[in-house]
Amino acid sequence: MERYVKISKKDFYKWVDSLKKHGKVYAPKRKENTHVFRPIKDSSELDLNYISTILPPKKYYFPQKESLLKFSIKPFETAKAIQKFEEFVLFGVHTCDLAGIQCMDVVFREDPLDPNYINRKDRMTTVGIECLKPCDKHASCVSMGNHVPRGGYDIMLTEIKGSYIIHLNSQKGEDILQGHSYIKKCTQADRNLLDSLRKNKERVFKEEFIGQLTEVYTVFSKLSESGVWDDVGKRCVGCGNCTTVCPTCYCFDVKDELDLNLNDGLRYRWWNSCQMDDFARVAGGEDFRPGRVSRQRHRYYRKFKYPIDKFNRYFCTGCGRCSRTCMAKINLTETVNDLIKEHRNVSIGI
Amino acid sequence: MTEVLKPGSSEPPENIYLPHLAAIKEIREETQDIKTFKLVFQDEELRKSFTYKPGQFIEFSIFGVGESPFCLASSPTREGYIECSIKKMGKVTQAIHDLEEGDIVGIRGPYGNGFPVEEMKGKNLIFVGGGIGLAPLRSLIWNVIDRRDDFKDVIIVYGSRSIADLVYKDELKQWQNTPGVKLTLTVDPGGEAEDWKGEIGFVPTILEKVNPSPGNSLVITCGPPIMIKFVLVTLNKMNFSSQQIITTLERKMTCGLGKCGRCNIGSVYVCKDGPVFTYAQIEQFQEEI
Repeated sequence: MERYVKISKKDFYKWVDSLKKHGKVYAPKRKENTHVFRPIKDSSELDLNYISTILPPKKYYFPQKESLLKFSIKPFETAKAIQKFEEFVLFGVHTCDLAGIQCMDVVFREDPLDPNYINRKDRMTTVGIECLKPCDKHASCVSMGNHVPRGGYDIMLTEIKGSYIIHLNSQKGEDILQGHSYIKKCTQADRNLLDSLRKNKERVFKEEFIGQLTEVYTVFSKLSESGVWDDVGKRCVGCGNCTTVCPTCYCFDVKDELDLNLNDGLRYRWWNSCQMDDFARVAGGEDFRPGRVSRQRHRYYRKFKYPIDKFNRYFCTGCGRCSRTCMAKINLTETVNDLIKEHRNVSIGI
Repeated sequence: MTEVLKPGSSEPPENIYLPHLAAIKEIREETQDIKTFKLVFQDEELRKSFTYKPGQFIEFSIFGVGESPFCLASSPTREGYIECSIKKMGKVTQAIHDLEEGDIVGIRGPYGNGFPVEEMKGKNLIFVGGGIGLAPLRSLIWNVIDRRDDFKDVIIVYGSRSIADLVYKDELKQWQNTPGVKLTLTVDPGGEAEDWKGEIGFVPTILEKVNPSPGNSLVITCGPPIMIKFVLVTLNKMNFSSQQIITTLERKMTCGLGKCGRCNIGSVYVCKDGPVFTYAQIEQFQEEI
């Protein structure tokens, strides 16, 4: 199959309805005045005109609560809890969330491979969709370089003039496109349209940070002590919303749950948050990261410093969810820009 | 960075969260709140193949209660079993203390980097321990004693709050009687008894009194954070460089595999990159230890 194909908007929903045969389809759906990723029965439930969903699609490849093992106490035995994972299609994922998937991949595919993640992820077919206009003041996708497709998908949809241009990126992508006569080859004229659309985006999408990412990294290397952190820490209410909605937050806790018979049970992993006050506290009472200042700083450092050192990858996707959801109106772009300003002032001796 | 994935790809990876079963062969009461558990894997093959380095740790499961990390307190030179010394601190450790000989538990590991044993060859080794902090050092001490010719002089400074809080009391005597090993015991002021023959004072103070020489030496220390803090001051005064000081860090750990994010300090995962670090490495961390 060609690397670029296209489908007219008229045929598009027909094709979406055909995806069922590749597994359950999870897609953006309207929920009150916002959107969520949910299973859809057919294309009528799909709403691609959305800014980022409440939760990122990580809930499908890294569920909020996931059983790792089942056990019984008498007779004492352990067994793999999950033998069966289902094929599914994750549909209509923005490029910021695709960056989130790529980040998670790096973490869970690092040795030792995480079996639960890999089993889910390997059964997922990802259909991305390109944003054509900036979503809101909270996003920082341009500075993070995620306003344009940079991989992490099986196919990518870009809407142009009554059609979707489709970029094919994998065998899985090919599988969901094959056998539909209405999916056509892209002409050179279509490719030219795509190029000019991307050029146009450069004008419309403006960088949110006042400096380049390399400067951001330098700033984080230098400013672990700063009034900016004190301010953020003072405002933080420690609710953990920011980490829950983050497409790259993956910290978890492991807990056992016994059945009522007190003999059989499951060992789960649950999403956890570095913003909770017991996150780094050990049984003896020692807290290795006390206070909201250090916990908020930690969250930012896990996006703009540590993963660069460890994986050579920024773990902020620029989706803006943390800022959108923050009850204390802590804004990521503002925090980063305040740090850059402070660093520039320090550098020139103000 | 694009990736091409094949549908329904290969074999599912091994379940890294699945523990092995082990039976408790022996329980020794070290102190009022510390017990040492001797564990033997149920699987005979595993009993032979399970190898580890001093300083590594395992995840200890009590199903229905949970899982916690503990250092291996036994020496890999003693084959066929492993030992963990566990202080009653929280929910899981309470459940472990309630176990009896013959009970079956879950063990996975070993995890972590362990002590750089090979780099210690031909060096004087100075062990500085406090309380339950002797557990990881004990693994290395027996390893060193069992391979005595590989190492130079051994100095051990060990202290606890009171005489009753000293762990491995029988073994302390054996170490004392080993040629080339100099053991100094101390208890905090007020923790002594009339017939106490050891020192009285905090570990850093006694370490200063023992006054080991930094020449061709490595210090391995483990204990409560407050002790470590002052041991470092003392060692600095005695001209030990931060490369010569090795410690094993305590942190909230959950998975032991570098995934769950709990034990993260800077870009380091204590469970995977540690728990053993030189003080020179620790000085580079961007968070407090």
